[in-house]
Amino acid sequence: MSMDVLIVDDSAAIRKILIRVLQQTELPLGEVVEAADGIEALDRLKQKRFSLIFSDINMPNMDGIQMLSQIRDNAEWSGIPVVMITTEGSQAKVLEAVDLGARGYVRKPFTADQIKEKLAGIF
Amino acid sequence: MTTQEMQAHIVDGVRRAMSDLCSTMLGCEAEPGEVRVVAQPLEESEGVVALIGMAGPWIGTGAILCKPDMACKLAGAMLMSEYAEVDDEVLDAVAEVANMVIGNLKTSLEEMVAPWVLSTPTVIHGASFTTKLGGNHGWTLMPFAIMGGTVLVQVCLLPNVDGRTTPRLDIVGALAR
Repeated sequence: MSMDVLIVDDSAAIRKILIRVLQQTELPLGEVVEAADGIEALDRLKQKRFSLIFSDINMPNMDGIQMLSQIRDNAEWSGIPVVMITTEGSQAKVLEAVDLGARGYVRKPFTADQIKEKLAGIF
Repeated sequence: MTTQEMQAHIVDGVRRAMSDLCSTMLGCEAEPGEVRVVAQPLEESEGVVALIGMAGPWIGTGAILCKPDMACKLAGAMLMSEYAEVDDEVLDAVAEVANMVIGNLKTSLEEMVAPWVLSTPTVIHGASFTTKLGGNHGWTLMPFAIMGGTVLVQVCLLPNVDGRTTPRLDIVGALAR
């Protein structure tokens, strides 16, 4: 079964890089959908079931922590693995994301191998 | 912490951040050049400037400056594409470079004292303009030789005596000439 992936980042450059990395993996990749902030991401989640979410933390309108909190409060979405990808390095933010159920954390800048290793730990 | 000690931390943090960025996402090396501290960086610019506000125990602005061809090279290396001119993708890539360099500087500063917050990047693209920022304070100018060109990182941080909790961009003008 193919995996549909949601990528949430206010940087189109980072979204483009993540799409390219995903295409290099051996995962059965289906549709990759992009969102520029947490509000857009929640809209996409209402329209489609995703197998995986990559999300930045610092974004305008709704940040990744707020988005993660809403995902965890929704029974339909709470099982979707979420990997945070961000320059945000503060321990408090990382712990907050982990407490809310984030399955992993990758710090920008990252290599393709770091993303692949994180995915290998999930799937 | 004195201003001189903060400037030393800025130089160390920016050099590590630029080195990490180049080795992981740009596939090149960053050769640091001579650091200068000036009251107001008023050199005429041509190309792309990405600015990020910083607020914490100190407050100020970080900026990345480069010429159009270097902006295209940065975007090309990051996105594995070719860019003949500065377009939205190039501007977005330079903004992300600023986000990663200044963001990782923030992380290294948080190892000493936290918390810090950043604004989202503001990107300016043009020809023959000057960015003038509020006040005449100590700007740390750090050039890097990358991919046959130069990327300049500028940071100014001052003690946050007002206790502001949100960053501000102290730009008072981006003057076309």
